[in-house]
Amino acid sequence: MVYHPESLIVELEERARELRLDSLDMIYRRKAGHPGGSLSAAEIVAVLFFHKLRLDPQHPNWPERDRFILSKGHASAILYAALARRGFFPPKDLKRWGELDCHLQGHPDRLKTVGVEMTTGLLGHGVAIGAGLALAGRLEGLAYRVYVLLGDGECQAGVVWEGAMAAAKYRLTNLTAIMDYNGVQLDGPVHQIMPLSPVLDKWRAFGWTVLEVDGHNTRQVLEALDTADEIHHQPTVIVAHTTKGKGISFMENDSNWHGRPPDEAQYRQAVEELQKGGEA
Amino acid sequence: MTKIPMRTGYGRALAEYGEINPDVVVLDADTSASTQTHYFAERFPERFFNVGIAEPCMVDVAVGLALGGKIPFANAFAALLSLRAVEQVRTCVCYAQTNVKLVAGYAGLSDYKDGPTHHAIVDIANMRALPEMTVIVPADAVEAARWVPVVAEYEGPVYLRLSRAATLPVHNKSLQIEIGKGITLRQGSDVTIVATGSMVGRSLLAAKELAKEGIDARILEIHTIKPLDDDLILQAAEETGGLVTAEEHSVVGGLGGAVAEALTKSHPVPLERLGIADTFARTALDPESLMDACGLAVENIVHAAQLVLARKQA
Repeated sequence: MVYHPESLIVELEERARELRLDSLDMIYRRKAGHPGGSLSAAEIVAVLFFHKLRLDPQHPNWPERDRFILSKGHASAILYAALARRGFFPPKDLKRWGELDCHLQGHPDRLKTVGVEMTTGLLGHGVAIGAGLALAGRLEGLAYRVYVLLGDGECQAGVVWEGAMAAAKYRLTNLTAIMDYNGVQLDGPVHQIMPLSPVLDKWRAFGWTVLEVDGHNTRQVLEALDTADEIHHQPTVIVAHTTKGKGISFMENDSNWHGRPPDEAQYRQAVEELQKGGEA
Repeated sequence: MTKIPMRTGYGRALAEYGEINPDVVVLDADTSASTQTHYFAERFPERFFNVGIAEPCMVDVAVGLALGGKIPFANAFAALLSLRAVEQVRTCVCYAQTNVKLVAGYAGLSDYKDGPTHHAIVDIANMRALPEMTVIVPADAVEAARWVPVVAEYEGPVYLRLSRAATLPVHNKSLQIEIGKGITLRQGSDVTIVATGSMVGRSLLAAKELAKEGIDARILEIHTIKPLDDDLILQAAEETGGLVTAEEHSVVGGLGGAVAEALTKSHPVPLERLGIADTFARTALDPESLMDACGLAVENIVHAAQLVLARKQA
């Protein structure tokens, strides 16, 4: 396994903070979006887009590129921010998110936005689609890997587990799922709405290798993604413990911030907190 | 023309086409013995994926394969593919415009043995309501086989609706087909019978009965319900002044609905829509008697044509 220098970790943490600021700004401007689940995924998305994924924004259809599917498509803000910062389209487009003639839809649309691998937003599809894409890679003899970012509430949907069975049956070692386990969904805490626990056991029982990390610890996320490359008998899921609304005190762990934009005063406070976080 | 089950015609053709086109992959949901994809599975095991009784998953896996450049044929019973998996079809196939071919076996009443749980009598309605979808209903085994390469080489979502049964043979090997182009099987000037699927053969028999009464019926086979061949239908409306539609599907939203929508554009002529009444059917010992019992008998077509003629003259 590669040892990653601290400088890379620091850089990726700064990327995560930048993605949080972008997401917050986008949701505030549009007066719509999902702050909680965008903020919880910041480190995961930063590590993927700014280190792990083999991408070429100049050649977005490069056949051997790694594929990323945002199964939790509600967190489109942070995906768009990452694609823009990675060079797929100009960051100024982020300010026009959701406008009638803007290529950035409420939820990701593969036909409208360069870099979006799959249209998502109605939850539950990522694992099964990722399995199909991983199968295609194997059939074509291409070395790409498929990464699927799942929400936790989403894992209440049966088709997630149908897909998990299919991925295990075909031993799709080129498929890695990351579960953003922030513990909060639209109507309240996941453990109250429909408990997933023991979710690690569930994934193991479905034939997956399970890695468990602190999803806000950049080094842990990075090393888990590297470890998944070395698993050669099963697909891998990284269960990433995260905090919904991470980085903004009044949003953290509060289901009210699942899909609500901040008002002006809240926005100012949130920006201040995220900027302070960068200085700390 | 031999009478072989439509599903067999399809299953053999799929296996043969697999030899020609290495990009074709086939998925099934524990029905390969029924849908006859086992022919493909035996020849190309590395390109065949059985995901078990999980149609939504099958459609999503097919979507992934399509994203990766393959041409997936996803097979299941029509009732499950068009209903249980319809959200996957809407979101991940139609909206995302992925190149997935949905092959719906046991459509209509053709699973007569199992009854209404396995009948698919609203699938044309819900599939044709989806933007980007192409809906194709072959009339017999020869035609079902002929669609395999055409559907594979067309870029975009397709719903291919197959019967379990051996429908009345209509076509011989010289058949030429094109998506969206209806076939005039019999010229006629008094009335037009627009039929699809298993009702095409029955409509040809009805035309013979009508001829005995001196009624000259035109027979149009509309295999592509969407996009509909408006030109052919409107021309028939203009030239014959009245239409009957005939389909092994609910009278709500199927071929009859599509034709009615077309007629309102320019030729609102008398139209009788023959199909399964807006109700659940029942179990039977063979498909033909069930179709007859559901009002799809040859004599029902004849009667509908007579009604149209009476309305024309009124």
